[in-house]
Amino acid sequence: MAAIEILDLEKTYHVGFWRERPKLALRPLRLTIEPGEVFGFLGPNGAGKTTTLKLLMGLVSPTAGTARILGMDFDDPRVKRQIGFLPEQPYFYDYLTAQELLTYYAQLSGVPAKGRAKRIEEMLERFGLTGSARLQLRKYSKGMLQRVGLAQAILHDPKVVFLDEPMSGLDPMGRREVREMIQQMRNEGKTVFFSTHILSDAEALCDRVGIIYQGDLRGVGAVADLMSEARRRVEIIFCSPNVPAELTRLGVEARVSGDMVNAVLDEEKQEAALEILRREQIRLISLTPVRSSLEEYYVQKLRPRENGKGAGA
Amino acid sequence: MNRIGYVAFNTFREAVRDRVLYNLIAFALLISGAAVLVGEISIDIERLVVVNLGLTAVSLFGVVIAIFMGIGLVSKEIEKKTLYTVLSRPVRRWEFVVGKFCGLTGTLVVNTLFMAIGVFLALLYVAHRFVQADLWVLLALYFIVLEFLIVCALALFFSSFSTPVMSAVFTFALFVIGSLAEDLRGFARITDGITGALATGIAYLVPNFSAFNIIDLAAHGATVPGRLILYNTAYALLYSAMAISGAVLIFQRRNLK
Repeated sequence: MAAIEILDLEKTYHVGFWRERPKLALRPLRLTIEPGEVFGFLGPNGAGKTTTLKLLMGLVSPTAGTARILGMDFDDPRVKRQIGFLPEQPYFYDYLTAQELLTYYAQLSGVPAKGRAKRIEEMLERFGLTGSARLQLRKYSKGMLQRVGLAQAILHDPKVVFLDEPMSGLDPMGRREVREMIQQMRNEGKTVFFSTHILSDAEALCDRVGIIYQGDLRGVGAVADLMSEARRRVEIIFCSPNVPAELTRLGVEARVSGDMVNAVLDEEKQEAALEILRREQIRLISLTPVRSSLEEYYVQKLRPRENGKGAGA
Repeated sequence: MNRIGYVAFNTFREAVRDRVLYNLIAFALLISGAAVLVGEISIDIERLVVVNLGLTAVSLFGVVIAIFMGIGLVSKEIEKKTLYTVLSRPVRRWEFVVGKFCGLTGTLVVNTLFMAIGVFLALLYVAHRFVQADLWVLLALYFIVLEFLIVCALALFFSSFSTPVMSAVFTFALFVIGSLAEDLRGFARITDGITGALATGIAYLVPNFSAFNIIDLAAHGATVPGRLILYNTAYALLYSAMAISGAVLIFQRRNLK
């Protein structure tokens, strides 16, 4: 049984006061996340990531389609006991302390009264909030609030955790902490579905990623596969005061510095480029494969449709 | 304690910590100032003045709190996104709305309780003793609380589809019109045709707050008919339930963008 099955979930908002016009927020989305998987939902701001999460949380209603979480309809109240959610840049009740807030959420989530206090203490300790547990949340820093947010998301020990931009607005230390916490959730066997536009985080944490743009899912796959699927390139460094014309015609991106040329080209053109260098009797210094990053894949997936061409997943 | 209770308690706690009960300081100053002043200048009408002034102040303070807190009950939670972490738990939307309503009415009851103590202390100060007619003051306070229920429900209803400012305007306007409901009904009785039908419709649609106002009777120690207690209680509960149901129906379908 899949942890999350999104079955052609679609959302169109109606905007405008006098003359309402439709605004497509999410095209029919079909996606399956396996149990124990850490899935990164990538895309620029306004791509449809938050809309997808809000649909799954029942905060907005779908125009069409449905979803199943742990084999149950996503709007089944029983599902809510099994999921945790951290909204983007969370804001909590200012006048409550972290301990009171977690108690409130534990009550709402149906955490049994017996053992509730112990569970809250564990959460406070795990997220480094024990010392500030009796401080009102309005006095918390952004990083501390994010930790409270993560604590409330897993307080009731959910099987599936949804995180909306969990690293957003955090300093490098805060980001690192959140990363470690997500890794810990993975170690505990939880399924984590998180949205982000910070690719290095996705690369470091995710088993698989999905790339969404303008409400349209552009590509899904394992991080390692996606990176190899991206355009393979090589970097050639050779001794020459200029770039041979034949090499330019191959479409290399070259930079001359002194007597050296640094050229980057597609892997399939590597043999042709080396042949040109041999023919011109130019000394080759090095040939190194350029590692395709997730960023390259990401840009590649977004670019074609921006130019009005089609893009494959 | 169920989920409605948890939401209600949290609403109450937040209101208290948000210094909503600070209005009591202003009320205490007003009522004690009035009591001292009345004690100095009035002859034989001290009780009348203190009851009139005290109960009117209780009503106005409460209505202002009911409107300003009522309009923000749900909209503030949407705006600040605190609602997201509540509704992603096994909490149904209607439970949330009803819980918020109960929390606010709880706050208003506690607030009224403290103000009532203030009124009775002022009465004791000017009259030096309690009399049996003071029981009508208690009844007037009960009617004021019923009035708060309706105001609170209306504020919640308007805020389920309108901006906070417009919700405040609508609720306050209905409070004013409702306070003149008897006059409106009188006007409806003497008109006929379309105007008469329209006036009758409006007169019975707006909340009849004038039926809850027995401040004058209480001040004069006059007897209040027993059936009014029953009618007012049923009317307030029914009217609030309808307004809350409307709020739930709208909120149920609302996209939390």
